Amino acid sequence: MAFTLYSLLQAALLCVNAIAVLHEERFLKNIGWGTDQGIGGFGEEPGIKSQLMNLIRSVRTVMRVPLIIVNSVAIVLLLLFG
Amino acid sequence: MLPTLALNSWQSSCLSLISAGITASKRRIPVSQPGMADPHQLFDDTSSAQSRGYRAQQAASGLGYPATSTLPQAAFLADPVSNMAMAYGSSLAAQGKELVDKNIDRFIPVTKLKYYFAVDTVYVGKKLGLLVFPYLHQDWEVQYQQDTPVAPRFDVNAPDLYIPAMAFITYILVAGLALGTQDRFSPDLLGLQASSALAWLALEVVAILLSLYLVTVNTDLTTIDLVAFLGYKYVGMIGGVLMGLLFGKMGYYLVLGWCCVSIFVFMIRTLRLKILAQAAAEGVPVRGARNQLRMYLTMAVAAAQPLLMYWLTFHLVR
Repeated sequence: MAFTLYSLLQAALLCVNAIAVLHEERFLKNIGWGTDQGIGGFGEEPGIKSQLMNLIRSVRTVMRVPLIIVNSVAIVLLLLFG
Repeated sequence: MLPTLALNSWQSSCLSLISAGITASKRRIPVSQPGMADPHQLFDDTSSAQSRGYRAQQAASGLGYPATSTLPQAAFLADPVSNMAMAYGSSLAAQGKELVDKNIDRFIPVTKLKYYFAVDTVYVGKKLGLLVFPYLHQDWEVQYQQDTPVAPRFDVNAPDLYIPAMAFITYILVAGLALGTQDRFSPDLLGLQASSALAWLALEVVAILLSLYLVTVNTDLTTIDLVAFLGYKYVGMIGGVLMGLLFGKMGYYLVLGWCCVSIFVFMIRTLRLKILAQAAAEGVPVRGARNQLRMYLTMAVAAAQPLLMYWLTFHLVR
């Protein structure tokens, strides 16, 4: 049962990377998850799908630069220490 | 290979480094032998202007060479340059401590954390009883006092961090005990257990926060509240493992089953007030998809507790 904090960090990094590579124009629009298609009127309940789309868009915007740094650090560490 | 608890130990060591520099003088007194040749050195140790390196050297020399090396140290002490250096070092340490105290509030909300530790013995006793037997408790509302929740000392329904923290540490110790009775113990296994439990806790908190965001629940459930509620299951885990050590598998399953059901009821009754809308919490039947989603979320959070309680303890009881 080796579920350690380190493996949690690795898994989190991989998940955020996965969200960051979802391209807006080539992919999300084709499955109907583009952000210009979802947000409807100003009703009080956004719904799960539009919340998810907002989350994906904000993660992609916010984490673009930090991910570059963290990925480079992870690559160097994994190359050095295995 | 990164150590498993690297984050926690690094943070705590950084924080204690600055403040320990000033109070380290108190630790060195018992180390020096009382029968040292120069009693003048013992009294100099008590001033906070001493640097740690100097005292480490003196303590080491005091243990091994009581007579020969005190004279050079007296000359070292009387030198005005070294006096100035020690004064400068102590002022640096004081400045560093101030800096840490000023900036610590940005990373760890110290004042908010103090609220969760404002407990007393009566509260802890009542809360532990509530965790094991929540069926007779009627009123689960947290009392408010001018928009801020009342401290846990005055209201048994308020969440606290004392019980989860103590229960977590006790769980690690009991896990070590259980492993020791089966001849499977080694010190790094303790760190592995602690790291694993912390990782599951972090995963739970992230999953619940994510689902609360997706379901757009307007709740005053803060992250620290959530950590407190999720930490209450360690109490049941400790009970189960201890009974398993005393009475074998039968005792383990009985006590763990009882604690699982209790935690399930406790979580549902506590979270219902925080997550569900006010009308639904009073027993009015839910209508609309939104309230139903919230109910499912509450049930899922409550159902995850017994599962995790079993998963984290079954390998300890053979």
